[in-house]
Order: sequence, then C-alpha cells, then structure tokens
Amino acid sequence: MNVTWVLAWRNLWRHGRRTWLTVGAMVFCNLLLVFMISLQLGSYQMMINNSLAMVSGHLQVQHRDFMADQRMRDSVPAVAALADSVREALGTEAVAARGQAFALASSEDRSFGVLITGVQPLYEPSVSSFPGLVSRGRYLQADDRDAIVIGAVLARNLQVDLGGELTFLGSGRDGSFAAGVATVVGIVDTGIADIDRVVAQVPLVWFQDVFTMADAGHAVVVRLDELDAVPAAVSTVSSLLAADGDLRVLDWDALQPGLRQAIQSDMASGWLMYGVLILLVAFSVLNTQLMSVLERTREFGVMLALGMSPGRLARLVGIETLLMASLGLALGLFLGALLIWYLSVAGFTYPGMEEMAARFNMDERMYPEVSLLALAWGPVTVFVFTLLAAVYPSLRLFRLQPVAAMRAV
Amino acid sequence: MSAIICKDLCKTFRQGEEVITGLDNVSLSIDAGEFVCLSGPSGSGKTTLLNAMGGLDTPDSGEITVGSQRLDQLGKGELADIRLNSIGFVFQAYNLIPVLSARENVEFIMQVQGVPAAQRGQLAEQVLADVGLQGMETRLPAELSGGQQQRVAVARAIASKPRLVLADEPTANLDTHSAAQLMDLFVALNEDKGVTFVISTHDTRVMGYARRLVRLQDGRLISDEAQQPHGMAQA
Repeated sequence: MNVTWVLAWRNLWRHGRRTWLTVGAMVFCNLLLVFMISLQLGSYQMMINNSLAMVSGHLQVQHRDFMADQRMRDSVPAVAALADSVREALGTEAVAARGQAFALASSEDRSFGVLITGVQPLYEPSVSSFPGLVSRGRYLQADDRDAIVIGAVLARNLQVDLGGELTFLGSGRDGSFAAGVATVVGIVDTGIADIDRVVAQVPLVWFQDVFTMADAGHAVVVRLDELDAVPAAVSTVSSLLAADGDLRVLDWDALQPGLRQAIQSDMASGWLMYGVLILLVAFSVLNTQLMSVLERTREFGVMLALGMSPGRLARLVGIETLLMASLGLALGLFLGALLIWYLSVAGFTYPGMEEMAARFNMDERMYPEVSLLALAWGPVTVFVFTLLAAVYPSLRLFRLQPVAAMRAV
Repeated sequence: MSAIICKDLCKTFRQGEEVITGLDNVSLSIDAGEFVCLSGPSGSGKTTLLNAMGGLDTPDSGEITVGSQRLDQLGKGELADIRLNSIGFVFQAYNLIPVLSARENVEFIMQVQGVPAAQRGQLAEQVLADVGLQGMETRLPAELSGGQQQRVAVARAIASKPRLVLADEPTANLDTHSAAQLMDLFVALNEDKGVTFVISTHDTRVMGYARRLVRLQDGRLISDEAQQPHGMAQA
C-alpha cells in the first residue's frame, strides 16, 4: 500500500464539502464546455451544409479562370455530359450542371441587373435548397423552356408577378448580343435580401440558347452527404478531368472562402470565452489548494522536521490535486458523454428557432458534433489547468522552515 | 563515543525591536547511550538547543556535531536526510497525521525512508507492539488517548531505528499515569536498544528518569550534573 496516495486521498476529504464544491465547479465547467463545444462544432457543420446547399454545393468543376473573373467565355464544354460522368463516378444523383450570366432584366416599367443561372430542373433540387424555397408558384420542371424563377425582392422591384414576362438583355459567350423573354413561374424567398434581389433561374437548355453557349456551361455542382467526404470526391472528380486541361475541381473552402473565415472568427471568440471559464475554475482550484496548504502549515512543518523534503510535500499536494482533478475529469467525461448522447438523439432548440428554420429551409433542431474532440477537449483542458493550479501552492512549501511552520496556528 | 557535541552555540531571535538571546555560548557533549534531560524555565533555551541538535534550526555561531557530521555546515537537504534516517523526534503535541491510522502514521515515515512496501506493514506492527499498542494499529489518532497518541509518535520516531531521539516536552499533555508509562518506555528503549535520549522538560517528574540533568537559564548552561535516576515516584 502506498501511504502517500492514501494520505492524499484522505486529505481531500478532511473538508469534504470544500472538495465537492471544487470538483462540482470542475464538473459544471466540463459539462458547459462539452455542451457548448459540441453544439458549436455541430452548428458549424449545419452552417456549412446550409450555406453550401443554398448555392455552391460541396464542390464544383469550373474553368480554371472562372472563379476569379466570372467571364462567360471561361466555360465548361459539354457541361451536361460531364455532369453525367461525375454522377456516375460518385454514385450520386446530387450532381447538376449550371451556366451563369449577368443580364439586365426588364418588366414593362422597370429594369434591374440580375444574375441569371441556367440549371438542370431535374437535378438542381438534389444539389441546392433553392428550389425548396419557392414561396409562390412552382420551381422549374424538366420540360420547361422559357420559364423563370426569380427572387421575391427582384419581383417586387420589377413589379412582376407569376405569369408575368421578363425580357433579358446581355452578352453571349461569343460576345454577341443576347436577348430572351421568359415567363415567371415561381418566386423564391430565401430570406436573404441580397440574394432575393438578384437571383433568377432558368432551364440550362434555354440559357445555352439565349447566351450562345452551345453545350457549354460554367459549373458542375456536387452536393455530398457530409463534409468528410469532400477530399475523396475531389480526388474522384479530378481523375475524370484531363490533367493539362482548363478545368479544375474546387472544394467548398475554395468556393466560399468567407465561410471558413466566419467560422474561425466565431471559434476565436468561443475559445476566448472557454479560456475565461477554464481560468475561473483553475483559480477556484488554486484557492482550494492554497487554503489546504496554509491550514496545514503546522502539519507540513512536522513532516519537514521528521525529515521529509519540501519536494516530497509538494508531490503530496500534487497528488491531492491530481486525484481531485481526476474526479472532475471522470465525472465531467461521463456526464458530458450522456449529455452529448442525449442531444445527438433529441437535438437542441431554442425559442424562435423553429420559425427561423422553416423560413430558411434549415433543420428545426441543432445537433451536436459527436466526436472525441467535442467530448474530451473541455474536460482535458480543465484537468491540465487544474494541475497547473497546484504549482503555486506547492512552491510555497519550498519556503517553509520546520521550526517556524510548527509554530503556525 | 559522543553522540552530540555542541561548542559555543549562540542563537538570537528578533522580536520587533527587541533581541532575545536563545543560546549564549552553550557547550555540551552527550555520549552515545546517555539519557539526558534539558531543564529550565520557559524561555531558558531548551527547545532552541534541542532544535539545533536536531538540525531543525541553525545556530548563529558555534559548532554542532551529531555522530560524525557537523550540522552547522550542512545544507537543508542533507539536514533533512539526517533527521529522516538518524534522529527520532517526539513532540509535545504528538503531531500525528490525523487522517492516517496508527500503523499508517508509522508506515508513512518508513515509506519516506525507502523501506520496501512488502516489509513496511510488518515492521510498523512490530514497532507499535514494542511501544505497547498491539491491537490498536488501525485506530485513527482521534480514537486514541493522549498517552496512546504519544506512543504512536514514539513508534514513528524509532521506526527508522535512530541512535538518537530528541523529545520536546513529551509529557506536557499527558496525565501522570500516561507520563510515567511513556518515560518507562523511553528508559526501556534506552537500556535495551542503546538509543540516546535528550529530553527537554520543566517537569520534575520527568527529570527523575534522567541519568544526567542539564539546566539552562536565559540561554546559558548553568549546571550539568550526573544523577541517580529515581523515576517518578520520588519526584
């Protein structure tokens, strides 16, 4: 039997209430961290998936210069055929070809600039949440030709409604004058005014005719079930493209660089808050251990008198802290795992979230990220900082003089 | 052979503006196997001298040798080693670790001394039996009487088989019966195992056990006499 460990353990329970309060602070902090980190990471997944679902998809095949300059001539030849190949290679239906052009849209009285996108009505709903956001009318269908779906703000600005006609003027791929007339069949309300002000979708075939694209488009868009599948899919799709050709595969990070920055910025503020929380707990442990050392000054003096080295006393205090921190870690991990499990099944919501979810075509509940990182990061960091909190009380023991310490009350 | 040699020991303490003399040129030689009492009124320097002999406090000047080692020339770590392995301490207030049982209190010091785990339990029980605490090994200090706690403290002090035991007012908190039992135990250890005892006390009952009585006053050694031990009965 190692008496030092027995002594350390029993020392903790000399003031059981104080020890439980300190362990309780650790467990509370651990639970809070597990809850917040898992939901934060889960919300990033949701945020990424929702953002990608709205427009860009998880990856796209584009002409190598299109991303930077958005020029009509930087196109993907035989775009529908390439989409078929990608669909087959990835074994998913969630692949769609698109073309894209800027044009001037005019109703009877008004004109506004729009971003007109040619889509494959059959496949677009599987890569984008946009078709699901039609608030009035319907989305495009496979046999549509000169039909158009526009944003709610654009419809209001143009003072056009379902069944109304819009005239488009723009430049074709070859620089020629492009013009067409389409009938509004649906109005989309994404809830994002900047999108609803400019968005317009037409069938890809009609788009190719109007903008003299022949069989070309500007992107093959792929939506995947999860972010983790992106690297493998990029690799598979890249293998379909000529190594020295003009086409390249862009993943979501390249397509929406602002998204990762937004997440990183949010994470930074989150980590700052977690850091403050952990420091508070560390100071609580520091206070407990400092009090524990101070009130045992006489006892430590006796131990020094009996021949124990200050280092051995510091080790005793270290073991006490280790045991207390381990208790906090074990309880924190256990309760945290239960919490994550419950949230992963039941999800998490807050007042107003369901309405917002319905409005933005999002999940009605948030689900935490179930991962070792989400579960263990908080408790392990608290554990480490708790151990560090014992350093100062332990160092004080090196200053003790046996005779003076034994006189302490 | 000398167990302790003190030569011209001086020690002063500062209390605010006042300088208090703890030891004033104290010279003393104690042979191995002696049973010595340091006596004198409060503030006479008994505890200061005992602390210096045990390496708990360093004198301002003078030399102090325990066994073959000059304590006044050693560092903190070396002094701790000597206290751990060569000197046993018994304090007035027992100073047991309250959360450890009698056996664990003894085992703890053995563990620090590096006694292998397999031997510690048996050795601790043997030492406790030697001081008359057989059957009380698992009791916590709070479950023992003052006399029994002091016996545990003695067991802890002799666990490392030291050649020297320093006891500071060991009977001050004990009733007459317990004090007599403790002193009988000290005498037995002294006579049977040859352990040198230096006991500071102002209790005349305790002085009756000593074969040598050293008197201190105001930090000075005022008398050093051999005497015939007569125990507590004639005190």
